[in-house]
This record gives sequence, structure tokens and C-alpha cells, in this order.
Amino acid sequence: MQTANVNRLTPYLFLAPAGIIMAVALLYPIGYMIYASFLDWNPSQRIGEAEFIGLRNYLNLLGDAAFRESFWVTLKFAAIVVTVEMLLGVGLALLLDRNIRGMSLLRTLFILPMMIAPVVVGLMWRYMYHPTVGIFNRTLKSLGLEPIPWLSDGNWAFASVIIADIWQWTPFIFILSLAALQSLPQSAMEASRIDGATGWQQIIHIKLPLMMPVLIVTLLLRLIDAFKVLEVILVLTNGGPGLSTEILSLRISRTASEFRELGEAAAMSNVLLILLMILTFAMFAYSKAVEIRTARLRAAAEETAI
Amino acid sequence: MPKIFFDQVSKSYGAVEVLPPFDLTLEDGEFTVLVGPSGCGKSTTLRMLAGLETLSNGEIYFDDRAISKLEPKERDLAMVFQDYALYPHMNIAKNMSFALRLARVSKSEIDEKVLRVAKMLNIAHLLDRKPAELSGGQRQRVAMGRALVRDAGTFLFDEPLSNLDAKLRGKMRAELAEMRDTIDKNMVYVTHDQVEAMTLGDRIVVMSDGYIQQQGTPEALFKHPVNKFVAGFIGSPTMNFLDADLVEERGLTWVRGDGFMLPLSDETGKRMADAKNRNVTVGIRPSSFLTDASNGAPMELKVVVSEYLGAQSVLITRCSETDVVVETQSAQPLQTGSVQIFGVKTDEIMVFEKSSGRRL
Ligand SMILES: Nc1ncnc2c1ncn2[C@@H]1O[C@H](COP(=O)(O)OP(=O)(O)OP(=O)(O)O)[C@@H](O)[C@H]1O
Ligand SMILES: [Mg+2]
Repeated sequence: MQTANVNRLTPYLFLAPAGIIMAVALLYPIGYMIYASFLDWNPSQRIGEAEFIGLRNYLNLLGDAAFRESFWVTLKFAAIVVTVEMLLGVGLALLLDRNIRGMSLLRTLFILPMMIAPVVVGLMWRYMYHPTVGIFNRTLKSLGLEPIPWLSDGNWAFASVIIADIWQWTPFIFILSLAALQSLPQSAMEASRIDGATGWQQIIHIKLPLMMPVLIVTLLLRLIDAFKVLEVILVLTNGGPGLSTEILSLRISRTASEFRELGEAAAMSNVLLILLMILTFAMFAYSKAVEIRTARLRAAAEETAI
Repeated sequence: MPKIFFDQVSKSYGAVEVLPPFDLTLEDGEFTVLVGPSGCGKSTTLRMLAGLETLSNGEIYFDDRAISKLEPKERDLAMVFQDYALYPHMNIAKNMSFALRLARVSKSEIDEKVLRVAKMLNIAHLLDRKPAELSGGQRQRVAMGRALVRDAGTFLFDEPLSNLDAKLRGKMRAELAEMRDTIDKNMVYVTHDQVEAMTLGDRIVVMSDGYIQQQGTPEALFKHPVNKFVAGFIGSPTMNFLDADLVEERGLTWVRGDGFMLPLSDETGKRMADAKNRNVTVGIRPSSFLTDASNGAPMELKVVVSEYLGAQSVLITRCSETDVVVETQSAQPLQTGSVQIFGVKTDEIMVFEKSSGRRL
């Protein structure tokens, strides 16, 4: 009786250290942030001195046009870059998944952008976008075309940061898709060739469905990352011109450092966090729903069989 | 259906030649069985025919058309893979209907075909499951079903029944035999199983180490094997091999070994005339022994084990040092440990050159 109890507790005992570290390293900062979002707190105060104002920070956010604008910019940015990156990354992986000479070198080259520090990427692109000496406008000029206001016009600036992000993060999707592709069961691919599938049909009916679990996780990771992007845009445009490229994380950092509103910045962070959590839960719910549906179908099928 | 011809086809992986150049003809509408020990190149041959493996040399012809450069789907064939190769993300019905759906066959026709084949294979109740939710034998039947729903000109089977229990295997074998007789398709069938090879094959191709040892009808291979390998491979239980010398005595040619001396039939004896090396291996099938010694050449054997199989018994006996397997009717029970004199049907004795294994 005694030993049985001890045995049952053993796993928890082993898990305890990890649990404690998690609580300290993960839950404490989050709890701190949530608490801070209920305070009217500026950086010169200690947290204990800040005034508790309940949900006022959140209500302020609702009425704050600049926040709503940057929320919208973030959504737009994340949706566009992730869509384009997924299409490009998966497409490239499908294209380059073959054994020809030089392919491994090519693949290595493809993943280089991902390895460069974001600040450097920002600087690099800023020089390339430079209105007079940047490579793009120089090229346009030498072709006899009008220069483009890459970073000084709102719409162009938004496009510019999107291009830079796609350049940097398509390789991430490419490399994960390629890994997924190369671990697909070869025999299923062979069977589909015998069954008469063309290259396209193989991609649509065999490769993509089998890659789907990896693709969904990749998409989720990229989406979370895209919502939090900061450095590249900070260096490229610093949110401007106007609010055209001011994504949420930039807004948060400015609220904290420029406007010295720690409480409000924390509230914004929480809104972002909630958004990301909704995304994650949606994914989980989706896969759970698929599971349940197939289980129900099977149960129904078995009943009719008996 | 095309006549299939392998013309000096060979296959190497890097520096390793797994199949030296060979010729092989599969007649139109024929059921060809490839047999041979594991690793002898059966699957490789089949996969080259299917277009999944390139040829290192040579050419395969369908009638007069060279096909070695064609994609698998242009060769009009269906295949059962040794490792099943099911689509993990599709349920069984989808797995089986994939080719038909690609070919835009009407839905009602697909359903009808899938259900008919699934019933034949006893998997109709599994149609909604995914492959991962099936047992090995069930998966194998799905793999079989996926090929059988198709209307291809050539069917390739790579050990399609290896994972089934004896009863199911018997049933499937009967279904295949019926298919062979009723529909006019080329079928190429790889197996390890004696009975499958003998009962299904119009022609059996025996392979070993990448070489085709012999090909012919089951009867030809059984009665006239060209070498010791084929003789040992075809027939169950396997042939007994005993070392012996050739001797001439009393106007007959005899094989004399440790503990036995048997006369050869005139016909066989004549062929021995030009055997320079007098050291030979004698092959006697278990079925060549008679319990009644007066009906053949006498041979003294000590019964060691008696395996009762119902209609007949298989005896493991000893002739001096060597084990000899004997097949008898069970009606006459034999005491284990006793020494018996069996009669050997002398016209069924085969003689092989000891060094090369070639039949003399
Ligand atoms: N991709 C490969 N690379 C190198 N060698 C290979 C490859 N595929 C097969 N071989 C070799 O080729 C030979 C023939 O293989 P194959 O699969 O045709 O044998 P098999 O007759 O089908 O055997 P089994 O009855 O065990 O299925 C084997 O010796 C194997 O090791
Ligand atoms: Mg094989």
C-alpha cells in the first residue's frame, strides 16, 4: 500500500525540478507583466509605488487610434509575409528536392539569410533601399527609370519591410519543408508513380498532405514570430513614415521608452499575447477536431459493419 | 497484353553488380513466378520492369517497344510492393481507389470495384480505417487490393502473401489461380513459397546471386533441374543430397556412398559415361522412397524422427552420417529408432557434378 503510493508519486518527484524552473522562469515574468498592466506605472517608480488603476489601461487602448492602427498594420504584415513565405518556401522545397549535382551547395546558400542577425539585415536593406546610392534606385536609374521612394512613402515602406522579411525568413520555411519532404515515405511516392500520378498530382495528393503536420507547425511558428518582429523594421523605418510600418512590438517599445507608460505597454503586450494564444489554441482545436471527427466516422463505420 | 523481353539487362549499385546481364522472355498473358533466396535480385528485377529502378545496361521491350526510358505510369502496370507502400494519410477505400480517381473513373464504378475487391480480400469492414490502424496481414491485403482494382496490362506482385496466415494464403492463392485462368493479363510474381510458385506459375524463373539458374514450367523444373541449386530449391520437402562415387559393376553404373549403393537407370547411366570426375552428388527426392523395398533399389536407413502430417508422414532418417528425409504414407507407422530398408525409385535418382553442381 505504502510502496504503491510512493511509486505513484515518483514521476512527479522527478518532474518537480523542471516544474519549479518553469514556474520561476516562465510564469513569474508573465504574472509580473499581467500585474503591471493594471498599474499606472512610469519607469522612475518602483513597482510598489505605482497606482493600481484596474482595466483603465485596456480601455485606453480601445480608444487609442494609434494603437488600433498599429494592430491593423501588424495583422496585415503578418498575414502577407507568412502567406508569401509559405508559398515561396514550400514551392522552393518542392522544386529543389532532388538529387542533382551542386544541390547541397545551393541549399546551403538558400538558408544563409536566416543566419544573419536581424539588425544587420535591417542595416543591409536600408543601404540597398537608400534613395540615391542604394542598389535598387541606382539600377532603376541606369535603366532610365524613375527612382522609387522605398522608405519615404507609406505604401512603399510597408512593401519594403515585407520584402526584407520575406528575404530573411523564406529560408526557414524552405529548410523545414525540405526536411519534411525528405523524410516522406519513399515507397508511397513510388506507389503513386505506378498508380499514374503526374508530378503535380503527386504534390497535391501525396506530398502536401503528408507534409501537412510539419507545415502547420511551421506556419504557426512563423506567424508567432511575424507578430513579434521588431529589429529589422526598427532599423529600416522605425515605424514610419507616419504610422505606416509601426507594428505592435515597435509601438510597445515606444510606449515604454518614449512615452514612459509601462502599464500601458504591458497591457499592449498582453493583447498581443492573447492574440498569439488564440492562434495557438485555434491550431490545437483544429487538430483535435479532425481527430474527433475521424474517430466518430470510424465508430459509425464499425457499427454498420457489425 | 504485351510480350515482355529483357535484353541483356543488368543492374549495378555503384561498383556492386547485383544483376549481371541476363535475357528473359515473359510471354503474352503468362503468369511468371520469380523464386530464389533472399537478396538474389528478384525485387530489383521487378522494380526495373516497373520503372522504379533504372537499368545499368540493356533494354526491356514490351513487344517491339523499348520501354526502359518510360515513366512507370506509361507502362500500364499495377504493382503490389514488398513493403506494401500504402498511402499513410488515406483511408483504405481511398488507398485502393487512388489510381482510379486519377484516371477519372466515375464514382459509382469506383465504389463498385473497390467493394468487390475488398470483399474478395476480406477487408470490406476496414475501408474507413487508415493503414496505421491495420495489422500486417490486413495491410498486405490492402496492397493487393490496390493493384487488383486496376485494369492494367501487367500485374507485378512482390511477395504479396508473405504475411498472411496459412488459411488466408490458401484462399488468396486460389483467387489468384482463378484470376490467372479467367483474365488475360501478364503477371509477374515474386515469392519464397514453394507451393505458390508451383501452383500459380505458368513459368518459374529460379534465381540465385543475380543469375537466372533455370526457367521453365513447374513440371520441367521439378523433373529436369539443370543443377543442384534448382533441384534443391524446387520441391518440398527438399531433395536429399548425398556424396557418392560412380562405379561400373555387373554392366550397370552405380552410385556408391557411405552406407548405400544404388544402381542408376540405363538412361541416367549412359549419361554418366563421359563424366570424367567420378566424384558426384546424388540427389534423391523424399518422394522417391518406397516403404516396400521390393519395388526399388534397397537402401538401409535408420528412422530418427517421424513427423506426422495427417495424410502422410515425413521421416527424418540417417544414412551413416547424413540426414535423409523420406516421405511416406502414414498408414504404415514406423518405429523411431528402428532400421528400415526402403526402396528407391532408381529412375528418379539425379546425379550432379560435385564441384560445379551441374546436373550430369
Ligand atoms: N539501393 C540499393 N543499393 C545497393 N544495393 C542494393 C540496393 N537495393 C538492393 N540492393 C542489393 O541488391 C541485391 C538484390 O536485392 P533485391 O531487393 O532485389 O533482393 P530480393 O531477391 O528481392 O530479396 P528478398 O527476397 O529478401 O526480398 C541485394 O544483395 C541487395 O543488397
Ligand atoms: Mg524482395
